[in-house]
Amino acid sequence: MHWVFEPGFFSSQPVHVAVVVGGVVAVVSGVVGVFTVVRGQSFAGHTLTDVSTAGGSGAFLLGLNPLLGFVGIGVVGAGTMDLIGVQRVRGRDLATGIVLGAATGLAALFLYLDTTERATTGATQQILFGDIFIVDPSTIPVVVIFSVIALGAVAAIYRPLLLSSMSSDIAAAQGVPVRLVGLLFMLALAVSVGLSSLAIGSILSTALLIGPAATALRLTRRVGSAMVVASVIGVGATWLGVLLAYDSFYWGSSQQSLPVSFFIVMVTFALYLASGLPVVQTVTGRRASDRPTEEEPRSPHS
Amino acid sequence: MTNAWVIATIVAVIAGVVGFFVVLRGSAFPAHAIPNGAFAGAAGANLLGANTLVGLGVFSLLAALGIGRLGRRGRHDVATALALVVMLALGAAFLSRSSEYEPVIYSLLFGEVLGVSSTEIFPVAVLGLVCIAAVIFLYRPLMLSSVVPEIAEARGVRADRMEMAFLVVLAAATTITVPVVGALLIFSLMIGPPAAARSFTDRPPLAILLSVGIALVTVWAAIASSYESNWPIGFFVGAIGAFSYAVGRGWAAWRRAA
Repeated sequence: MHWVFEPGFFSSQPVHVAVVVGGVVAVVSGVVGVFTVVRGQSFAGHTLTDVSTAGGSGAFLLGLNPLLGFVGIGVVGAGTMDLIGVQRVRGRDLATGIVLGAATGLAALFLYLDTTERATTGATQQILFGDIFIVDPSTIPVVVIFSVIALGAVAAIYRPLLLSSMSSDIAAAQGVPVRLVGLLFMLALAVSVGLSSLAIGSILSTALLIGPAATALRLTRRVGSAMVVASVIGVGATWLGVLLAYDSFYWGSSQQSLPVSFFIVMVTFALYLASGLPVVQTVTGRRASDRPTEEEPRSPHS
Repeated sequence: MTNAWVIATIVAVIAGVVGFFVVLRGSAFPAHAIPNGAFAGAAGANLLGANTLVGLGVFSLLAALGIGRLGRRGRHDVATALALVVMLALGAAFLSRSSEYEPVIYSLLFGEVLGVSSTEIFPVAVLGLVCIAAVIFLYRPLMLSSVVPEIAEARGVRADRMEMAFLVVLAAATTITVPVVGALLIFSLMIGPPAAARSFTDRPPLAILLSVGIALVTVWAAIASSYESNWPIGFFVGAIGAFSYAVGRGWAAWRRAA
């Protein structure tokens, strides 16, 4: 087995932490990601990752735990987007863009101050691209608590959220507070993105959010089972990424490992491409004439 | 310093013109994704010792084509998100292999306008002219297909071809602008000023001019403040962009109320 698992893989503590944190984060991202894709909010999800970059670098500057920065500012960003109009389809693209622009500006400032005022090196790289192997084991309980909060929020609003994602008009007619449900979901999204920023870096957490969910929605149309499939794909991709990154240290002669996030993204993307192959579509009973959920959320009107 | 002013002016004009169509078409996400992809190209070029401008061009073109291609089968925002993260992951891998210092990464992401040399101005000016010429050439069909896609289709303007053409123009604009304001902040410049301009006027030619004007003021003010305070230019571009949008929204609300 040693050519698959390079020496020391199972006894290394950073690997244990990476497997636990990565697994938990991947499950949360899978569940939240399915709704993100169905609601067409990939851009909002990605924006929250950049917003959390600003939070992470701000926390670094103040010497706080980066997770608090990632999650805290994400919640503020989600609220701002809701305030300036993410709920309307027209103009939400723009509202998201403005928040994104302002957040990257802040991130630029904080990262600059991190490197100059505190004379820390590696902050830019670490916050943007993450390093799951240096996550502090004491962070695990916090990660688990935030994960439970995010999953609990999605579970609590599951039915109204599903209805308002399919058709906000019908949901509103049935007495669902569409705006409130949307805001609650954005908050759950912010927490989820903050968690994955910790694991694979804020810039790449979009991969874990969108990749497994989009793949799952190509394989099954039911939102519930898509969540399970997305979580499994996410956990698989994360663990495979951890393994490959660990092994990559021994590849070639450079004695330099490639980043975990690189492998996670590549595995996720390969699975997404594979799920679109005609063979897979036939096996899972999806014909070309079927318009998958991923293409268009089915409206009960049609 | 003169170089900085010249190159920033070119960047602002391009961002103002191309950004108008970004806002009109609701292409904010691709406009964010392509510069990030270009960042990976610059990191790759650094690693291979190639010209950065070539790396930027190749990768932003790849990102544009990837988004257009993936978007044909899946949902558009999903395709954009995936293309974006694949490019960024490549960038992260390139960076981990190269021994570049942190300031280099930082300036690619957040811009380094004050360090522009005079030899860099010529290729940027040429690419900029190509970009503007492409927009002028595409102006009528692009406008038609952005505003009323159904009528455009009926007149033989294919929406998917127009989208692809626009993404390529976006890629060219990105190549020019990323080394100056950085991958993350060219986006602010392409969204803030045009969005503000559209709140002031509904007439497209006027809105484009206004958008260029606001972009110029944004960049000039950002350079001056960055020079004075030593803070990164990207921060000022982001802040002024968001501020001008807020002013535009306020103006529109006030006019509706009056």
